[in-house]
Amino acid sequence: MTVKDIVNKYKNKRENLLLILHEIQNCHPQNYLSKEDIELLSKEIKIPVSDIVGTASFYSMFSFTPRGKYIIRVCESLPCHLLGAQTIFKAIETKLGIKEGETTKDGLFTLEGTSCLGICSVAPAIMINDEAYGNLDEEKIGKILDQIREKESKNND
Amino acid sequence: MTKKDIAQILVGIDGNTVLSGARKIKTKLITEINKQGLLDQVSVIETGSIGPVNKGVVIGIYPTREIYGNVTENDISEFIQERFIKGRPYKKLLLPEKLPIEIDLTAYDPRKTQYFGRIVLDNCGKINPEDIKEYIGVGGYEALGIALKEKTPEEIIEIVKNSGLRGRGGAGFPTGLKWSFAAKAKRIPKYVICNADEGEPGTFKDRLIMEGDPHKILEGMAICGYAIGANTGYIYIRGEYQLSIQRLKKAIKDAEKLGLLGKNILGTDFDFEVKIKIGAGSYVCGEETTLLNSMEGFRGEPRLKPPFPAESGFLSHPTNVNNVETFANIAPIVLNGAEWFKKFGTKDSPGTKVYTILGHINRPGLIEVSMGITLREIIYDYAGGISSGSFKMAQIGGTAGNILSSEFLDVPLDFESLRKLGYSLGSGAILIMNETVSVVDFMKCCIKFFVHESCGKCTPCREGTKYIYEILDKISSGKGKTGDLETLKLLGKSMKDTSFCPLGQSAPNSLLDTLKLFPEEYNQILRK
Ligand SMILES: Cc1cc2nc3c(=O)[nH]c(=O)nc-3n(C[C@H](O)[C@H](O)[C@H](O)COP(=O)(O)O)c2cc1C
Ligand code: SF4
Ligand code: FES
Repeated sequence: MTVKDIVNKYKNKRENLLLILHEIQNCHPQNYLSKEDIELLSKEIKIPVSDIVGTASFYSMFSFTPRGKYIIRVCESLPCHLLGAQTIFKAIETKLGIKEGETTKDGLFTLEGTSCLGICSVAPAIMINDEAYGNLDEEKIGKILDQIREKESKNND
Repeated sequence: MTKKDIAQILVGIDGNTVLSGARKIKTKLITEINKQGLLDQVSVIETGSIGPVNKGVVIGIYPTREIYGNVTENDISEFIQERFIKGRPYKKLLLPEKLPIEIDLTAYDPRKTQYFGRIVLDNCGKINPEDIKEYIGVGGYEALGIALKEKTPEEIIEIVKNSGLRGRGGAGFPTGLKWSFAAKAKRIPKYVICNADEGEPGTFKDRLIMEGDPHKILEGMAICGYAIGANTGYIYIRGEYQLSIQRLKKAIKDAEKLGLLGKNILGTDFDFEVKIKIGAGSYVCGEETTLLNSMEGFRGEPRLKPPFPAESGFLSHPTNVNNVETFANIAPIVLNGAEWFKKFGTKDSPGTKVYTILGHINRPGLIEVSMGITLREIIYDYAGGISSGSFKMAQIGGTAGNILSSEFLDVPLDFESLRKLGYSLGSGAILIMNETVSVVDFMKCCIKFFVHESCGKCTPCREGTKYIYEILDKISSGKGKTGDLETLKLLGKSMKDTSFCPLGQSAPNSLLDTLKLFPEEYNQILRK
């Protein structure tokens, strides 16, 4: 869908701005709000770019820099923290060779810290895109990342 | 009395047994147990199918594992007498089958409630949440029918007021009273909003309610719409909750198809539609005025109150905002009446509360219990005890909540008892910690959350959270200095007093509590 289609789908209403931004971001292969998209949106919905950016930047789910195909969000809130979230974070950093906020060179993974994801009964927990993973330890998280890598390399063959 | 002395009666609930009157039998069992003075020894639990089919209502007994079939209301009195007073099997209805050695009774042990049963989670895990017929099959949308056809909006508000239901989103504001404000407002259109932002760390009850019983929320919202005179409802739901979003969307469609939402509901002249709005990752958006800004497509910053949403809310129109769990209580209250509801919980806080219990315990998860049960009961009866080491403290109500140390284990958890201590019940998250947790590390993690989630609108919260974090960081890395604890206290108190919205006002709760409860631990680290 183009930016125009999305804006039309939501009846060009300000109150739907977050839904529109979600959809624009999801449609971008690099999972972010590009400058071009924001400018297009601004024209269609008739809200100044500064206002759109000001609003979107408030919300942690929106990004203004290109991100990987898989966004890893590690919960850093207390229940996960108490059960070892930091170990998980470090394990992912080591495994992928990136720090918080960075994307792997192959454009596959982006690593982000986040507040509670609402899946705390399986703490420590993370989400990779819309998929939740819990009761993690170093070994499990390693396997999960390997599996994704494997799947992706097969797709590219 | 030890756990072993207690018997449990399982009532099998499935399509067949319900048709044979299993629900009535359950009620009768409870009444009879009460009458014969066995309330603290025998509990009644609903389960799925027990096994034997074509045997009418089937019930089982633990720990003896007997199964009885074709149970009728007339048998109950004699059955209780024989089985539990005289202590022998009730031959007349005994079946040859036996219950399995172990059955999954997790999460719910009604022995501890003053009146048996669940309200909010009653259907969760029992019905298929994606099948509206199953919801209707267990009495779903009956309350909406009663409301629309037999009651005036004023009567509905009276019932909710009389039930004593208080908001389950944290603040505990009386729900009926809130509705009456929105009902009085003159401007139209009005809006009903279900707050499903659920960002408080450690809280996921609303997600499980939405995933497990989405129609119950829609029904509650529609009744609210009728009561206050609104024809549109919104559910503001956090973006991470994909399954909830999907189930609610399907539930809305299915209800519309059957004329239970949309135009002329159940043939009356009442219209009500429900739409979904998706959040984008911001904790403060759960605060109701912030939620309104976010719903309108703006930054998530709180609004000045007054005007309250009931007067000027979504798009400046009268708006009633309630939490998911609050709405889930509405249909049962309308269906069974205010008096029924008041049998659960305490005088000031009737009903049940859904908690998420987490941390160093054996069984983390979701429970629904009577208001007023104690932390000790939660830890040892429901959570299966501390998983390793011994109890040090619990944080109730999430990261914005308060700290209970061992001297508070027997405080009843309800709005009033906690208010007397200067505490609040909060979101329903209970984080239980053992002695390995260092309060400074714990507090650092707490405050880091607020540094990240502060919206930045006012100075005490924006700067206060950062400053507090810096000091805690210094203390934990051995660079603390004398006077730091006083500074922390001062900062915490002034944030409480001068922050613009409840986020900043509640952010230092745990800090102030731990400074009071564990001063020696802070000092020890300082002295190092
Ligand atoms: C920072 C902050 C976050 C909040 N988050 C939520 C939330 O996620 N869900 C919720 O129902 N209420 C939340 N609340 C409480 C709401 O402001 C409001 O009181 C509640 O939705 C009213 O519903 P109730 O009367 O049914 O409890 C939050 C409040 C604050 C200050
Ligand atoms: S207290 Fe102030 S800075 Fe903090 S969230 Fe509320 S308005 Fe924003
Ligand atoms: S605290 Fe990590 S998912 Fe809730």
